[in-house]
Amino acid sequence: MLEEILVSVRSNPHIDPVMSVWGWEISVYLFLGGLAAGIMFFSALMLLLNKDDEAPFSVNGLALLGPVVLSLGMTTLFLDLSHKLFVWRFYTTFEPTSPMSYGAWILILFYPVGILQILSTLRKGYPYVANLVNDIPPVAGLLDLVERYQRLIAWLAIPIAVALGIYTGILLSAFSARPFWNTGLLGPLFLVSGLSTGAALTALIARQHSERRLLTRIDAGLIVVELLVVALLLINLTTGSKPQLDAAAMLMGGSYTGWFWVVFVALGLLVPLALEYFEIRGSASSILMLAPVLVLVGGYVLRVIAVDLGQETTWINYQNEFNTQLLDRLH
Amino acid sequence: MAHYAMVIDTKLCIGCCDCVVACKTENKVPEGLNRDWVVEATQGTYPNLKTEFRSERCNHCSHATCVYMCPTGASHHWNGTNIVLVDPNKCTGCKACIAACPYDARLIMHPGGYIDKCTFCHHRVEKGLDPACVSTCPTHCMHFGLLDDPSSNVSELLRTREHKVLAPETGNEPNVYYLI
Repeated sequence: MLEEILVSVRSNPHIDPVMSVWGWEISVYLFLGGLAAGIMFFSALMLLLNKDDEAPFSVNGLALLGPVVLSLGMTTLFLDLSHKLFVWRFYTTFEPTSPMSYGAWILILFYPVGILQILSTLRKGYPYVANLVNDIPPVAGLLDLVERYQRLIAWLAIPIAVALGIYTGILLSAFSARPFWNTGLLGPLFLVSGLSTGAALTALIARQHSERRLLTRIDAGLIVVELLVVALLLINLTTGSKPQLDAAAMLMGGSYTGWFWVVFVALGLLVPLALEYFEIRGSASSILMLAPVLVLVGGYVLRVIAVDLGQETTWINYQNEFNTQLLDRLH
Repeated sequence: MAHYAMVIDTKLCIGCCDCVVACKTENKVPEGLNRDWVVEATQGTYPNLKTEFRSERCNHCSHATCVYMCPTGASHHWNGTNIVLVDPNKCTGCKACIAACPYDARLIMHPGGYIDKCTFCHHRVEKGLDPACVSTCPTHCMHFGLLDDPSSNVSELLRTREHKVLAPETGNEPNVYYLI
């Protein structure tokens, strides 16, 4: 028997009794970051594949959502900071050992390319806006210019989208102190999940039948890949060392079992995959909206599980004899 | 590069927690927060029980994952030593270092919002003094000094006594040693 108890007080907020320094702000940010990556990826990919007729919204309208979604994510990221006035410190340095530093700079790269994407497709995607600004001479010239480099911009967008999507996973996987996160599979998992949610959102918004069909087919493929990565992650955890086995136990009968298997794997991956399969075969058009909504919910639940469960996994666990609620009575 | 270490004799420690009080007083640590703490570890089955008291804090790791994870350089090794400090003027409160510490030794400073932690009392070390916890210990079970000086107290103790560090398998190369 080994019993380790704290005999002095330790009740540092959000660290004791269980680490919870990162809350919904980080889950939402990781979800929206992945979604923005998916949006940028498919808007660029469809343009490069000349899918103008088959998928007009993806090629011309989708890019507008990228900076909007990312800005929402960066807002919740900012809300998480506990020393907010010093947020500019991210951009006075580059720390080569810190994934978060890479992320901060990737986020900054996203905006100029995202805005160029929007401008280069503005006349086709948002003709009302284009007509409004077209009378201003420099704007018309600018739109002409960016339209000429439309494909180059799309080629720039692809690596930035992939970098953003995979970074949201690498951010967590680089923490050796948190056994659940400490696997390289988290990068690919978050990337493929981000792309999948991007495809789902596009399928949800697109009006044209051919476009929905195309994105549904892509999303079904992505869900299959995501299921494979999830399986690899579980194999990695369940065959790992003690701290990883403890993390795996939380998914295999522990407190996150229901959320992981029922909400994420079943409702977030398997059910939409089945719905999309029937949809592709043309036998389930009436429940068209449900599959992408479930994919989006599943994507968010994955981030919540990863952020919350990961923080609970640790190398050291002490029992705290001290009842932190007693502190309130001091006042 | 100066390599500082703390050596704590678990055979002498009685778990009085004076080190905890000394730290709070010296560093004016706000109510409800702690930079150090005492753990009582009991092993065995009655009547063959063995108890060990450990005064714990930041391990001022040579391979400090908190320093590597910090996106702004706020977490840093002080003046090329292994003493890990946080510069509040660079800290955004992103809390990456807290998640990166396998020993859960860091904390969010309230009401400041920046990240705080044990400093090995570098303000005292600069003047040639021991950290407050070490100098206050009534059983003299705590020692502090330079590992790169073979004649130092801590080097001598680690050469002659059986010792351990906490969770060396994390790879962080902690520098708080426990004599067992």
